[in-house]
Amino acid sequence: MRNMRVFLSLLIVLFISHTLVASKSDHLTVFNFEEFEHWLYKETDSIYVINFWATWCAPCVKEIPDFEKLYEKYKTDKVKVLFVSLDFPAHIENRVIPFIKRMNMQAQVILLDDPRSNRWIPKVSDEWTGAIPATLVYTRDFRQFYEREFKFDELEEIIIPLLK
Amino acid sequence: MKMKKLGILLSVMFFAVATMAQGYEIGDKVKDFHLKNVDGSHVSMADFPDANGFIIIFSCNHCPYVVAYEDRMIEIHNEFAPHGFPVIAINPNDTIAEPRDSFTNMKVRAKEKGFPFPYVIDADQSVYPKFGATRTPHIFLLKRDGADLRVAYIGAIDDNFRDASAVEERFLANAIHAVQRGETPEPAVTRAIGCTIKTRN
Repeated sequence: MRNMRVFLSLLIVLFISHTLVASKSDHLTVFNFEEFEHWLYKETDSIYVINFWATWCAPCVKEIPDFEKLYEKYKTDKVKVLFVSLDFPAHIENRVIPFIKRMNMQAQVILLDDPRSNRWIPKVSDEWTGAIPATLVYTRDFRQFYEREFKFDELEEIIIPLLK
Repeated sequence: MKMKKLGILLSVMFFAVATMAQGYEIGDKVKDFHLKNVDGSHVSMADFPDANGFIIIFSCNHCPYVVAYEDRMIEIHNEFAPHGFPVIAINPNDTIAEPRDSFTNMKVRAKEKGFPFPYVIDADQSVYPKFGATRTPHIFLLKRDGADLRVAYIGAIDDNFRDASAVEERFLANAIHAVQRGETPEPAVTRAIGCTIKTRN
Protein backbone atom coordinates (compact mmCIF):
# COMPACT_ATOMS: atom_id res chain seq x y z
CA MET A 1 0.00 0.00 0.00
CA ARG A 2 2.77 2.40 1.01
CA ASN A 3 4.85 1.37 -1.96
CA MET A 4 1.90 1.96 -4.18
CA ARG A 5 1.51 5.52 -2.85
CA VAL A 6 5.20 6.27 -3.41
CA PHE A 7 4.95 4.82 -6.88
CA LEU A 8 1.90 6.96 -7.67
CA SER A 9 3.53 10.14 -6.35
CA LEU A 10 6.58 9.37 -8.42
CA LEU A 11 4.40 8.94 -11.47
CA ILE A 12 2.71 12.28 -10.82
CA VAL A 13 6.04 14.04 -10.37
CA LEU A 14 7.33 12.48 -13.56
CA PHE A 15 4.20 13.48 -15.42
CA ILE A 16 4.33 17.10 -14.22
CA SER A 17 8.02 17.55 -14.94
CA HIS A 18 7.54 16.02 -18.36
CA THR A 19 4.71 18.44 -19.17
CA LEU A 20 6.78 21.38 -17.96
CA VAL A 21 9.78 20.43 -20.04
CA ALA A 22 7.64 19.70 -23.06
CA SER A 23 5.82 23.01 -22.82
CA LYS A 24 9.07 24.92 -22.94
CA SER A 25 9.86 24.49 -26.61
CA ASP A 26 8.13 21.46 -28.15
CA HIS A 27 4.74 22.97 -27.88
CA LEU A 28 3.27 26.33 -28.69
CA THR A 29 -0.06 27.41 -27.25
CA VAL A 30 -2.41 28.92 -29.81
CA PHE A 31 -4.97 31.53 -28.81
CA ASN A 32 -7.64 33.42 -30.64
CA PHE A 33 -7.94 37.09 -29.69
CA GLU A 34 -10.65 36.53 -27.11
CA GLU A 35 -8.49 33.99 -25.31
CA PHE A 36 -5.44 36.22 -25.61
CA GLU A 37 -7.01 39.53 -24.59
CA HIS A 38 -6.48 39.14 -20.83
CA TRP A 39 -2.72 39.46 -21.41
CA LEU A 40 -3.31 43.09 -22.32
CA TYR A 41 -4.96 43.98 -19.02
CA LYS A 42 -3.14 42.28 -16.16
CA GLU A 43 -3.77 44.07 -12.87
CA THR A 44 -0.36 43.57 -11.35
CA ASP A 45 2.75 45.50 -10.43
CA SER A 46 4.66 43.66 -13.12
CA ILE A 47 5.76 45.43 -16.28
CA TYR A 48 4.47 43.66 -19.34
CA VAL A 49 6.44 43.87 -22.56
CA ILE A 50 4.35 42.26 -25.31
CA ASN A 51 6.06 41.93 -28.65
CA PHE A 52 4.12 41.04 -31.81
CA TRP A 53 6.33 39.26 -34.32
CA ALA A 54 6.55 36.51 -36.92
CA THR A 55 9.32 34.28 -38.21
CA TRP A 56 8.86 35.74 -41.72
CA CYS A 57 9.29 39.32 -40.47
CA ALA A 58 12.97 40.22 -40.84
CA PRO A 59 13.00 43.28 -38.55
CA CYS A 60 11.13 41.25 -35.91
CA VAL A 61 13.70 38.47 -36.02
CA LYS A 62 16.48 41.03 -35.74
CA GLU A 63 15.17 42.51 -32.49
CA ILE A 64 14.34 39.22 -30.71
CA PRO A 65 17.79 38.95 -29.04
CA ASP A 66 17.29 42.47 -27.64
CA PHE A 67 13.97 41.47 -26.07
CA GLU A 68 15.57 38.26 -24.77
CA LYS A 69 18.35 40.31 -23.22
CA LEU A 70 15.74 42.52 -21.54
CA TYR A 71 14.01 39.40 -20.22
CA GLU A 72 17.24 37.92 -18.85
CA LYS A 73 18.35 41.14 -17.19
CA TYR A 74 15.03 42.15 -15.63
CA LYS A 75 13.11 38.93 -15.03
CA THR A 76 13.72 39.20 -11.29
CA ASP A 77 12.40 42.79 -11.42
CA LYS A 78 8.92 41.71 -12.39
CA VAL A 79 9.44 42.44 -16.08
CA LYS A 80 7.37 39.99 -18.09
CA VAL A 81 8.32 39.58 -21.72
CA LEU A 82 5.74 37.87 -23.92
CA PHE A 83 6.39 37.08 -27.57
CA VAL A 84 3.15 36.90 -29.55
CA SER A 85 3.79 35.13 -32.85
CA LEU A 86 1.50 36.02 -35.73
CA ASP A 87 2.81 33.19 -37.86
CA PHE A 88 0.29 31.08 -39.72
CA PRO A 89 -0.82 28.02 -37.67
CA ALA A 90 0.20 25.74 -40.55
CA HIS A 91 3.82 26.76 -39.92
CA ILE A 92 3.97 25.98 -36.18
CA GLU A 93 5.67 22.60 -36.46
CA ASN A 94 8.00 23.24 -39.37
CA ARG A 95 8.95 26.90 -38.81
CA VAL A 96 7.95 28.47 -35.50
CA ILE A 97 8.99 25.77 -33.03
CA PRO A 98 12.33 25.11 -34.80
CA PHE A 99 12.90 28.89 -34.81
CA ILE A 100 12.21 29.19 -31.06
CA LYS A 101 14.68 26.37 -30.41
CA ARG A 102 17.33 27.73 -32.75
CA MET A 103 17.13 31.19 -31.17
CA ASN A 104 17.01 29.56 -27.73
CA MET A 105 14.15 31.87 -26.76
CA GLN A 106 13.61 31.80 -23.00
CA ALA A 107 10.79 34.30 -22.56
CA GLN A 108 7.29 32.98 -23.07
CA VAL A 109 6.06 32.56 -26.65
CA ILE A 110 2.46 32.10 -27.70
CA LEU A 111 0.77 32.18 -31.09
CA LEU A 112 -2.17 34.45 -31.82
CA ASP A 113 -4.32 32.94 -34.52
CA ASP A 114 -7.18 35.22 -35.42
CA PRO A 115 -7.52 36.17 -39.08
CA ARG A 116 -10.10 38.91 -38.46
CA SER A 117 -7.43 41.39 -37.52
CA ASN A 118 -9.54 44.47 -38.24
CA ARG A 119 -11.56 43.54 -35.16
CA TRP A 120 -8.73 43.00 -32.74
CA ILE A 121 -5.90 45.35 -33.84
CA PRO A 122 -7.67 48.44 -32.40
CA LYS A 123 -8.19 46.55 -29.13
CA VAL A 124 -4.43 46.14 -28.75
CA SER A 125 -3.93 49.82 -29.55
CA ASP A 126 -5.77 52.49 -31.43
CA GLU A 127 -2.42 53.63 -32.78
CA TRP A 128 -1.55 50.31 -34.43
CA THR A 129 -1.95 50.31 -38.23
CA GLY A 130 -1.13 46.59 -38.33
CA ALA A 131 2.55 46.56 -39.27
CA ILE A 132 4.93 44.36 -37.28
CA PRO A 133 7.14 44.45 -35.31
CA ALA A 134 4.93 46.11 -32.74
CA THR A 135 5.32 46.25 -28.98
CA LEU A 136 3.04 47.11 -26.08
CA VAL A 137 4.55 48.07 -22.73
CA TYR A 138 2.29 48.49 -19.75
CA THR A 139 2.09 48.41 -16.02
CA ARG A 140 -0.46 49.71 -13.54
CA ASP A 141 0.02 53.41 -14.33
CA PHE A 142 1.72 53.28 -17.72
CA ARG A 143 0.62 52.11 -21.13
CA GLN A 144 2.43 52.77 -24.39
CA PHE A 145 2.26 51.18 -27.81
CA TYR A 146 5.11 51.23 -30.32
CA GLU A 147 4.82 50.34 -34.02
CA ARG A 148 8.56 50.27 -34.57
CA GLU A 149 11.77 48.31 -34.10
CA PHE A 150 13.73 48.31 -30.87
CA LYS A 151 17.28 47.93 -29.72
CA PHE A 152 18.06 46.76 -26.19
CA ASP A 153 19.12 50.24 -24.96
CA GLU A 154 15.88 51.74 -26.21
CA LEU A 155 13.84 49.10 -24.42
CA GLU A 156 15.81 49.63 -21.24
CA GLU A 157 15.16 53.39 -21.45
CA ILE A 158 11.43 52.67 -21.31
CA ILE A 159 11.64 50.04 -18.58
CA ILE A 160 14.01 51.67 -16.08
CA PRO A 161 11.71 54.57 -15.08
CA LEU A 162 8.92 52.03 -14.52
CA LEU A 163 10.99 49.99 -12.05
CA LYS A 164 10.17 51.46 -8.67
CA MET B 1 25.46 82.19 -32.16
CA LYS B 2 22.22 82.21 -30.25
CA MET B 3 20.31 82.75 -33.49
CA LYS B 4 22.13 79.83 -35.05
CA LYS B 5 21.11 77.56 -32.18
CA LEU B 6 17.54 78.71 -32.46
CA GLY B 7 17.66 78.05 -36.18
CA ILE B 8 18.89 74.51 -35.58
CA LEU B 9 16.25 73.95 -32.94
CA LEU B 10 13.54 75.22 -35.25
CA SER B 11 14.67 73.03 -38.13
CA VAL B 12 14.82 70.00 -35.82
CA MET B 13 11.30 70.77 -34.64
CA PHE B 14 10.11 71.23 -38.22
CA PHE B 15 11.68 67.93 -39.19
CA ALA B 16 10.06 66.19 -36.22
CA VAL B 17 6.64 67.55 -37.21
CA ALA B 18 7.23 66.64 -40.87
CA THR B 19 8.15 63.04 -40.05
CA MET B 20 5.15 62.76 -37.76
CA ALA B 21 2.82 63.56 -40.66
CA GLN B 22 0.61 60.55 -41.11
CA GLY B 23 -0.18 60.86 -44.81
CA TYR B 24 -3.51 61.10 -46.56
CA GLU B 25 -6.73 60.83 -44.66
CA ILE B 26 -10.21 60.11 -45.96
CA GLY B 27 -11.30 62.92 -48.30
CA ASP B 28 -7.78 64.20 -48.96
CA LYS B 29 -6.73 65.13 -52.48
CA VAL B 30 -4.10 62.74 -53.86
CA LYS B 31 -1.07 63.81 -55.86
CA ASP B 32 -0.26 61.83 -59.00
CA PHE B 33 2.93 59.77 -59.33
CA HIS B 34 5.16 58.65 -62.16
CA LEU B 35 6.60 55.23 -61.37
CA LYS B 36 8.37 52.52 -63.35
CA ASN B 37 6.26 49.48 -64.20
CA VAL B 38 7.45 45.89 -64.59
CA ASP B 39 6.93 46.19 -68.38
CA GLY B 40 9.50 49.01 -68.50
CA SER B 41 6.93 51.78 -69.04
CA HIS B 42 6.15 54.50 -66.52
CA VAL B 43 2.71 54.71 -64.96
CA SER B 44 0.78 57.74 -63.75
CA MET B 45 -2.86 57.98 -62.77
CA ALA B 46 -3.18 60.65 -65.49
CA ASP B 47 -2.68 57.81 -68.00
CA PHE B 48 -6.21 56.62 -67.13
CA PRO B 49 -8.41 59.61 -67.97
CA ASP B 50 -11.56 57.49 -67.98
CA ALA B 51 -11.01 55.99 -64.53
CA ASN B 52 -13.64 56.75 -61.89
CA GLY B 53 -10.99 56.07 -59.30
CA PHE B 54 -8.10 53.78 -58.45
CA ILE B 55 -7.33 50.89 -56.15
CA ILE B 56 -3.80 51.69 -55.03
CA ILE B 57 -2.25 48.65 -53.33
CA PHE B 58 1.10 49.01 -51.59
CA SER B 59 2.46 45.57 -52.20
CA CYS B 60 5.67 43.61 -52.56
CA ASN B 61 7.01 40.15 -53.44
CA HIS B 62 8.14 38.67 -50.16
CA CYS B 63 5.44 39.40 -47.56
CA PRO B 64 3.31 36.33 -46.73
CA TYR B 65 0.27 38.56 -46.20
CA VAL B 66 0.69 39.94 -49.71
CA VAL B 67 1.11 36.44 -51.12
CA ALA B 68 -2.10 35.41 -49.32
CA TYR B 69 -3.91 38.26 -51.09
CA GLU B 70 -2.38 38.16 -54.60
CA ASP B 71 -5.19 36.11 -56.14
CA ARG B 72 -7.75 38.41 -54.57
CA MET B 73 -5.88 41.46 -55.92
CA ILE B 74 -6.26 39.99 -59.41
CA GLU B 75 -9.93 39.18 -58.83
CA ILE B 76 -10.73 42.64 -57.55
CA HIS B 77 -9.03 44.24 -60.57
CA ASN B 78 -10.93 41.98 -62.97
CA GLU B 79 -14.16 42.75 -61.15
CA PHE B 80 -13.81 46.52 -60.88
CA ALA B 81 -11.47 47.72 -63.67
CA PRO B 82 -14.35 47.37 -66.20
CA HIS B 83 -16.31 49.73 -63.93
CA GLY B 84 -13.52 52.30 -63.96
CA PHE B 85 -11.62 51.25 -60.82
CA PRO B 86 -8.32 49.66 -61.90
CA VAL B 87 -5.68 48.35 -59.49
CA ILE B 88 -2.21 49.89 -59.43
CA ALA B 89 0.18 47.92 -57.22
CA ILE B 90 3.15 49.85 -55.84
CA ASN B 91 6.19 48.22 -54.25
CA PRO B 92 7.37 50.75 -51.62
CA ASN B 93 10.26 48.69 -50.22
CA ASP B 94 13.91 49.60 -50.46
CA THR B 95 15.34 46.82 -52.59
CA ILE B 96 18.70 46.84 -50.82
CA ALA B 97 17.06 46.52 -47.41
CA GLU B 98 14.86 43.74 -48.83
CA PRO B 99 16.47 42.15 -51.93
CA ARG B 100 13.52 39.79 -52.38
CA ASP B 101 11.54 42.87 -53.44
CA SER B 102 13.97 43.88 -56.20
CA PHE B 103 12.65 45.13 -59.53
CA THR B 104 13.88 41.93 -61.20
CA ASN B 105 11.93 39.83 -58.71
CA MET B 106 8.89 42.06 -59.24
CA LYS B 107 9.01 41.23 -62.95
CA VAL B 108 9.29 37.52 -62.13
CA ARG B 109 6.35 37.63 -59.70
CA ALA B 110 4.15 39.70 -62.06
CA LYS B 111 4.78 37.15 -64.82
CA GLU B 112 4.21 34.11 -62.56
CA LYS B 113 0.89 35.46 -61.34
CA GLY B 114 -0.08 37.11 -64.63
CA PHE B 115 -0.92 40.42 -62.97
CA PRO B 116 -3.50 42.17 -65.16
CA PHE B 117 -2.61 45.52 -63.53
CA PRO B 118 0.54 47.68 -63.37
CA TYR B 119 3.08 46.67 -60.70
CA VAL B 120 5.31 49.68 -60.22
CA ILE B 121 8.21 50.51 -57.94
CA ASP B 122 8.46 53.52 -55.61
CA ALA B 123 12.21 53.52 -56.26
CA ASP B 124 13.08 56.68 -54.33
CA GLN B 125 10.47 55.94 -51.64
CA SER B 126 8.83 59.32 -52.18
CA VAL B 127 5.28 58.13 -52.87
CA TYR B 128 4.40 55.83 -49.96
CA PRO B 129 5.03 58.48 -47.24
CA LYS B 130 2.61 60.85 -49.02
CA PHE B 131 -0.06 58.19 -48.75
CA GLY B 132 0.98 57.31 -45.23
CA ALA B 133 1.28 53.65 -46.14
CA THR B 134 2.84 51.69 -43.28
CA ARG B 135 2.69 48.10 -44.44
CA THR B 136 2.16 45.69 -47.31
CA PRO B 137 -0.54 45.04 -48.27
CA HIS B 138 -2.06 48.47 -47.59
CA ILE B 139 -4.92 49.62 -49.80
CA PHE B 140 -6.05 53.14 -50.71
CA LEU B 141 -9.25 53.49 -52.72
CA LEU B 142 -9.35 56.77 -54.64
CA LYS B 143 -12.43 58.30 -56.20
CA ARG B 144 -12.64 60.93 -58.90
CA ASP B 145 -13.90 64.32 -57.83
CA GLY B 146 -13.90 66.51 -60.94
CA ALA B 147 -10.26 66.92 -61.90
CA ASP B 148 -9.11 65.61 -58.52
CA LEU B 149 -8.70 62.20 -56.96
CA ARG B 150 -9.62 61.86 -53.31
CA VAL B 151 -9.12 59.10 -50.75
CA ALA B 152 -12.36 57.18 -50.13
CA TYR B 153 -11.18 54.12 -48.22
CA ILE B 154 -7.98 52.98 -46.50
CA GLY B 155 -7.20 49.51 -45.22
CA ALA B 156 -7.59 45.84 -46.08
CA ILE B 157 -9.22 44.02 -49.00
CA ASP B 158 -11.44 42.00 -46.69
CA ASP B 159 -11.70 40.64 -43.16
CA ASN B 160 -9.88 37.31 -43.56
CA PHE B 161 -6.37 37.26 -45.01
CA ARG B 162 -5.94 33.53 -44.58
CA ASP B 163 -9.07 32.10 -46.10
CA ALA B 164 -10.87 33.82 -48.97
CA SER B 165 -13.78 31.41 -48.59
CA ALA B 166 -14.29 32.44 -44.94
CA VAL B 167 -14.53 36.16 -45.70
CA GLU B 168 -17.54 37.78 -44.06
CA GLU B 169 -16.96 41.39 -45.09
CA ARG B 170 -15.45 42.50 -48.40
CA PHE B 171 -14.32 45.89 -47.09
CA LEU B 172 -12.82 47.12 -50.38
CA ALA B 173 -15.58 45.85 -52.69
CA ASN B 174 -18.20 47.33 -50.35
CA ALA B 175 -16.32 50.63 -50.35
CA ILE B 176 -16.25 50.72 -54.17
CA HIS B 177 -19.98 49.97 -54.27
CA ALA B 178 -20.59 52.82 -51.82
CA VAL B 179 -18.51 55.20 -53.96
CA GLN B 180 -20.45 54.11 -57.06
CA ARG B 181 -23.68 54.97 -55.24
CA GLY B 182 -22.24 58.35 -54.24
CA GLU B 183 -22.10 57.32 -50.58
CA THR B 184 -19.33 57.35 -48.01
CA PRO B 185 -17.84 53.88 -47.39
CA GLU B 186 -18.55 52.40 -43.97
CA PRO B 187 -16.11 51.45 -42.57
CA ALA B 188 -13.87 53.95 -44.37
CA VAL B 189 -10.77 52.70 -42.54
CA THR B 190 -9.89 49.13 -41.59
CA ARG B 191 -6.74 47.56 -40.21
CA ALA B 192 -4.85 44.39 -40.93
CA ILE B 193 -1.56 42.78 -40.05
CA GLY B 194 1.11 43.30 -42.67
CA CYS B 195 4.83 43.60 -43.30
CA THR B 196 6.52 46.86 -42.47
CA ILE B 197 7.77 48.97 -45.35
CA LYS B 198 11.51 48.42 -45.55
CA THR B 199 13.86 51.39 -45.55
CA ARG B 200 17.63 51.72 -45.36
CA ASN B 201 18.61 53.06 -41.95
